[in-house]
Amino acid sequence: MLRLEGLSKLTGAERYADDMPLCDFLWGMTVRSQSPRGRIVDIRFDPSVDWSQFTIVTHRDIPGCNEVYLIEKDQPILAATHTRHIHEAVVLLAHPDRQALRRAVGKVKVIVDELPPVFDPRAPLAPEQLQHGTENVFKALEIRKGDAAAALTAAPVVVEGEYATGAQEHVYIEPNAMIAWTDEAGVICVRGSLQCPYYVLNALKHAFAREADGVRVIQTPTGGGFGGKEDYPSIIAVHAALLAHKSGKQVKIIYDRDEDMAATTKRHPSIVRHRTGVTKDGLLLAQDIDIIMDGGAYVTLSPVVLSRGLIHAAGPYSCANVHVRGRAVLTNCIPHGAFRGFGAPQTHFANERHMDRIAAHLGMSPVELRRRNLLKKGQTTSTGQVIRDGVDRCELLDAALDAARYDARRQRHAEFNRAHPYLRRGMGVATFHHGAGFTGSGEDYLASKLAVAARSDGRVEVRSASTEMGQGTLTVFTTIAAEALDIPADRVVVANPDTHLVPNSGPTVASRTAMVVGHLIERACDDMAGQLGAARGLSSAPRGGAFLAALDAWGRENPGRELVGRAQYKKPEYVQWYDKTYQGDAYATFSWGAYVAEVEVDLRTFSTRVTDFVAVQDIGRVLNDTLAAGQVTGGVVQAIGWALMEECVWERGAMKNNQLTNYIIPTSFDVPEINVKFIQSPYAHGGGGAKGVGELPMDGPGPAILNAVADATGADPCELPLTPERLMRLIPSGDAP
Amino acid sequence: MKVACPTTLAEAISHKALGFTPVAGATDLWAHWPVRTANHDLSYVDLSGLHELRGIAWSAEHLTLGALTTYWDTMQDSRVNAEFPLLIAAARYVGAIQIQSRGTWAGNIANGSPAADGVPALMALDARVRLVGSNGERTVPLDRFYTGYRATVMGVDELITAILVPRRTYSFTAFEKVGPRRAQAITKVGFAVAHSADGWRVVANSMAATVRRCPSLEAILNASHPNPPAEPDLRAAASKDLAPISDIRSTAEYRTEVFARLLRSTLATMTARP
Ligand SMILES: Cc1cc2nc3c(=O)[nH]c(=O)nc-3n(C[C@H](O)[C@H](O)[C@H](O)COP(=O)(O)OP(=O)(O)OC[C@H]3O[C@@H](n4cnc5c(N)ncnc54)[C@H](O)[C@@H]3O)c2cc1C
Repeated sequence: MLRLEGLSKLTGAERYADDMPLCDFLWGMTVRSQSPRGRIVDIRFDPSVDWSQFTIVTHRDIPGCNEVYLIEKDQPILAATHTRHIHEAVVLLAHPDRQALRRAVGKVKVIVDELPPVFDPRAPLAPEQLQHGTENVFKALEIRKGDAAAALTAAPVVVEGEYATGAQEHVYIEPNAMIAWTDEAGVICVRGSLQCPYYVLNALKHAFAREADGVRVIQTPTGGGFGGKEDYPSIIAVHAALLAHKSGKQVKIIYDRDEDMAATTKRHPSIVRHRTGVTKDGLLLAQDIDIIMDGGAYVTLSPVVLSRGLIHAAGPYSCANVHVRGRAVLTNCIPHGAFRGFGAPQTHFANERHMDRIAAHLGMSPVELRRRNLLKKGQTTSTGQVIRDGVDRCELLDAALDAARYDARRQRHAEFNRAHPYLRRGMGVATFHHGAGFTGSGEDYLASKLAVAARSDGRVEVRSASTEMGQGTLTVFTTIAAEALDIPADRVVVANPDTHLVPNSGPTVASRTAMVVGHLIERACDDMAGQLGAARGLSSAPRGGAFLAALDAWGRENPGRELVGRAQYKKPEYVQWYDKTYQGDAYATFSWGAYVAEVEVDLRTFSTRVTDFVAVQDIGRVLNDTLAAGQVTGGVVQAIGWALMEECVWERGAMKNNQLTNYIIPTSFDVPEINVKFIQSPYAHGGGGAKGVGELPMDGPGPAILNAVADATGADPCELPLTPERLMRLIPSGDAP
Repeated sequence: MKVACPTTLAEAISHKALGFTPVAGATDLWAHWPVRTANHDLSYVDLSGLHELRGIAWSAEHLTLGALTTYWDTMQDSRVNAEFPLLIAAARYVGAIQIQSRGTWAGNIANGSPAADGVPALMALDARVRLVGSNGERTVPLDRFYTGYRATVMGVDELITAILVPRRTYSFTAFEKVGPRRAQAITKVGFAVAHSADGWRVVANSMAATVRRCPSLEAILNASHPNPPAEPDLRAAASKDLAPISDIRSTAEYRTEVFARLLRSTLATMTARP
């Protein structure tokens, strides 16, 4: 099936928030702190500006709580007494002329009495740097399986390593955008670019002290999210709504790229230490893993990012003794937030690089080491989760090695490297997994709801809060509903997410949409078909032609009415999770991957080019070949950027290179042919048999590429991004070509 | 914002004298336009109506590039391709097709960025810049055009009208650009090298406050010709000629090391040839 909104995006007909025709509206902009930490002593408005022309909002204008509604409510909507990072929002301005507004923003000065900031998440703290709890720790978590300490003491071989990853900017093609107004009924409405309509709704309720019927959130076509529009839109939506509320006009906030890159969330930087006990022939005996994630200035989503990072930290391997500890800590930097992979790319990077280091230590092939330890059906992960389904991990690995012609190529590289004056080629492997859906009891807690309406016009409407942001929700939901009812796809419509019209099917995150929400579509379709069958006096719930005939007949008799089928999330029977001990089924299921990267390193410039890439994965059943391959290809490209070039340059906790000129993402010229393969194994509790695909491809490329660089050069790179400047420090100068 | 659209050079010069900023392809001027609010208050003089600034011309001594000549114009010109492959090599490395078809060689010179890619190629060919101002015309060698970081000898009333490239027989030319990715990137380390009967030219970009000729390197290359100098001599000369810095894009150490490695490897390709 062709992507439903593909043509309108291709031709430019799609209307994004900034394209929406508005009349008599104001532009909104944000005055931000220039200080990483301090007490706000004054806000000075330059008298050269006629401020009576502007709508001005400060924290005093917030009708409800000055708190961004998230896991903890420590982040203000507008800084009131203190600022905790550069670019923190302090004052909002609105004006009909965008240029006048841009200039005015520079004429407001936030005067701050500076307090000592923290920038290094590992540095010892002075008492005056404390800003959260007793240690600036947002969250500390632990996983224990067996007795890792004892097993390490007894292990014949112990290998250690420390690995670090940097922040990453999402670079969605459409910057953050939000429009707000108050409708005739006094309801505060926003529409804009966002992933999670109900997160925004909750934020508005909290800020305006209203019930759900007093606020409304509508998604506009969204030009990419990657997690960057998971939590942050709540802030912009409240900002726009505050300006609209005060001015009585429609207010539109569109971030410039520079502002978006400077002020919004990034991927959490991480430091991960491994101590691993192995037998001489490479069996894992004990994994001791210590994780630090830099959370930035407020809690935001750090506890759950940390949790996912921890759960994936030991990799897709069987090991009887595992101890994983992790902390998300405060720094006076913009808050780090959700980003495709959500903590797992960081810990997979460490673990997969570490596997290669172990292999080198043992003089064993990295492939063989993995083969000996990959989880088999019936074995358990670090949380004691029994692996019950999915393609055998060794089968995936073999398929990837085959597709990459791994052995033959490595032989040719050895000859090439001996002969070439300055180019070095190498290959690297990563095997990994990604849990689909919310972690632990998260899906139970969300208790997502979905509705499917049979309408008297003969069409079926899927109503969910799950958003299309370029990843294919519209197309995949249409496919799932059409398959569930055995009707043509053009009889299905997917409602635009609007909190007045669609139930809360949860946020569009965590690789949960096709699998978790898709399954709700199937169950709601069952419910609706059952109702239709009963209404028509049929002996069973109709499908296919019988369904359409019954719907047409029912529609003629009931013009303007609809039959609504509903479903609410119920966890699969086998899933058991114990939050206190962090044991059990961390996810209902995992997707699995085996990736092989080939690189060429130029010893004159220390630059690394990925010359070939093979991505083999099990994502359950593939619902749409093109879209699924697109998810993998896009994820690999985004991960190539993270691995080799995307570096946030920080100065006092603020991103200095907040322009696309200096924040370097890959172009098509930097990306090789990406060979994507799926080995399918339908998952019983996923929509159409699907598991998650969105995040998985972010996990594998980083370590596969750095493993390939190690293979090519003999260096042992442990930090991302591996820019040429970093690689230069790892290659002895004697190797000059 | 004010924009003047003159049709004669004299008008354009009088606007420039009043402080109007010349606009050629605008690919430098209008980058980041929305957020550079200070630029919105300036006055501009659009050069696109000045026909005398257009065109590629040949004389016995020179290739003359009118000031509005774009990279694309030269890439499409078979004579330039045949006689000055160094210019084409540089042009291909500038941005991508959108920028190549709007950006001008003269704009690259006047903009004065130390990272400019067109300038080292032109400078290695001993190009001269023709300037016209209220007091008439003068021609300045490109290697004496820059006086410091983004500072030039151009007078407040002067415009670049053309670039003159002497026609010589070159035995060797090479252009190298190292950016943070393979295309659409600002140069971290770059150089153009040329050898003719007039001796060696080595010009580096992103290695000092301006694009800069390297007299010490040229001297040791001339002295050892036709063999390449020894590596330690090459490094010592480079350190005399250049003053790379650490900035948002790279480090001084990286620039120094990579410049030496690339230059050595580039010179090796010359001597490897029979
Ligand atoms: C996406 C992108 C990629 C780029 N990539 C590269 C790259 O790879 N390498 C590179 O070197 N550059 C690059 N640039 C910069 C730019 O394209 C070049 O410097 C280009 O040559 C500038 O020419 P222009 O005609 O657009 O100059 P303009 O922007 O019109 O002008 C630049 C400056 O020169 C002055 N000026 C222009 N013409 C004259 C004249 N006749 N007399 C006096 N002053 C004049 C202007 O007043 C201004 O100060 C890139 C720019 C962008 C936006």
